[in-house]
Amino acid sequence: MSASYQAGVKEYRQMYWTPDYVPLDTDLLACFKCTGQPGVPREEVAAAVAAESSTGTWSTVWSELLTDLEYYKGRAYRIEDVPGDSESFYAFVAYPIDLFEEGSIVNVLTSLVGNVFGFKALKHLRLEDIRFPIAYIKTCLGPPNGIQVERDKLNKYGRPLLGCTIKPKLGLSAKNYGRAVYECLRGGLDLTKDDENVNSQPFMRWQNRYEFVAEAVLKAQAETGERKGHYLNVTAPDPEQMYERAEFAKELGMPIIMHDFLTGGFTANTGLAKWCRKNGMLLHIHRAMHAVIDRHPKHGIHFRVLAKCLRLSGGDHLHAGTVVGKLEGDRASTLGFVDQLRESFVPEDRSRGIFFDQDWGSMPGVFPVASGGIHVWHMPALVTIFGDDSCLQFGGGTQGHPWGNAAGAAANRVALEACVKARNEGRELEKEAREILTEAAAKSPELAMAMETWKEIKFEFETVDKLDLA
Amino acid sequence: MPSTFEMGDYQTAHTLETFGFLPSMSQDEIHQQIAYIIAQGWTPAIEHEHPSQADSDYWTMWKLPFFGETNLGNVVSELEACHRAYPDHHIRLIGYDNYTQSQGLSFVVFEGRN
Repeated sequence: MSASYQAGVKEYRQMYWTPDYVPLDTDLLACFKCTGQPGVPREEVAAAVAAESSTGTWSTVWSELLTDLEYYKGRAYRIEDVPGDSESFYAFVAYPIDLFEEGSIVNVLTSLVGNVFGFKALKHLRLEDIRFPIAYIKTCLGPPNGIQVERDKLNKYGRPLLGCTIKPKLGLSAKNYGRAVYECLRGGLDLTKDDENVNSQPFMRWQNRYEFVAEAVLKAQAETGERKGHYLNVTAPDPEQMYERAEFAKELGMPIIMHDFLTGGFTANTGLAKWCRKNGMLLHIHRAMHAVIDRHPKHGIHFRVLAKCLRLSGGDHLHAGTVVGKLEGDRASTLGFVDQLRESFVPEDRSRGIFFDQDWGSMPGVFPVASGGIHVWHMPALVTIFGDDSCLQFGGGTQGHPWGNAAGAAANRVALEACVKARNEGRELEKEAREILTEAAAKSPELAMAMETWKEIKFEFETVDKLDLA
Repeated sequence: MPSTFEMGDYQTAHTLETFGFLPSMSQDEIHQQIAYIIAQGWTPAIEHEHPSQADSDYWTMWKLPFFGETNLGNVVSELEACHRAYPDHHIRLIGYDNYTQSQGLSFVVFEGRN
């Protein structure tokens, strides 16, 4: 039916607030936490968010009448109170799937968290969750390998993977750096990692680092009989150099490379994930810059959204916080997005900050990586919280061992295996933590020394970003 | 920092993946791990290989995986039978998880000699 054109400014809610709308299975759904300017009605704010993140602009334009906006528009279809917060509310928006290019996380984010976040009628805006329809998920390649394939490639079963970031972060020469890698791996770690800001600085160019690290990995592998890897960071100033580094890692026979998905960007990340799938390489993903985006409780993007986006863009590991270490992370909320990384279906559960049922279909899972300020005393809690399908990384907690990296690695490996064995025997890890570790340390002087070294270190601060619970 | 005299020297160990860093398990401890595999609903299976070939993904299967087996004693007898047949081989116990299409657990029960 044709409509007549009337120039001017309409209220957003006339067109974009549709409380009777029943979302389609193919719609992309989003939940925003909105904090409007004083005096602006909630419906108008919600409708403005829906409009500005989809088809709308501030003024009516004649060319709108050349299309069927009823088909293409985003719709605010529900408003909910935020428990314990009278200033903010949740707005639920449904977007038709045809608003988005297939397989493009870049396109989804450009719409959903684009101009709308600077909108003047809003004081704050936070994207809390996205429900990706299975129809859209099927257009994304996702993790190049996934949890199950990585286990098969690395021959690691029935326990979390054990890793560590090489320290100091910056300043080592390539040969000394390779030494630190070798010591960690011969001591019993499965994987070591470039720190995120190790790229190709004057003190250690990437080719030199890759060559020395490759020697370290292959030697440790031959001596221990176990499969080993080191995440060679291929994050680079431009895609051409990124691919050049990735190719060289493959040429050296290395199993895994790494990328920083937020500073590198989703275009680079998705391209690299495709390259990894084509070349049989594992891909570790770091998340530098995430706290800038996700830490403020009322503005930005919750990490669960970034985690979902990464699973779609592609990565085999993703840093997810530790709950117990030096970095921010509430337990229930962390478990909520850890599920989004690993499971094939995650039901709505507000007590874990999950706003929608999410069906992942056959999308492979991503290993959550717990890293940052953790040591042997945290092991029982980490195994309980993260379970087997995780990667536990102890940086200072390996290399800070008084006898060096190899002994630190062995201490962590013994502690990890003692915890897994005890759990399988039906013991309660967190309750019996001290007994389990002490028993294991009786047979491992390395573990006994580690327990003595770190007995007093705890990181007990309240998290800044808490779940909104009644 | 401990003095150099107090410092331990870590000797690289040749290990066989999961539980490779723990002391060898007693019979009772092995039984508990088998019970765990059965309780998870996984399928127990046995593989063996000469230590010189142990780097490969594929070790030789002992019979077929024991589909539907829930009797701990039967799994133990199969492990022992395999060990008798191949006394110089590594022998590992696997719990196949058909939901994840992976192995829920895999560890070496008897170590062969090089």
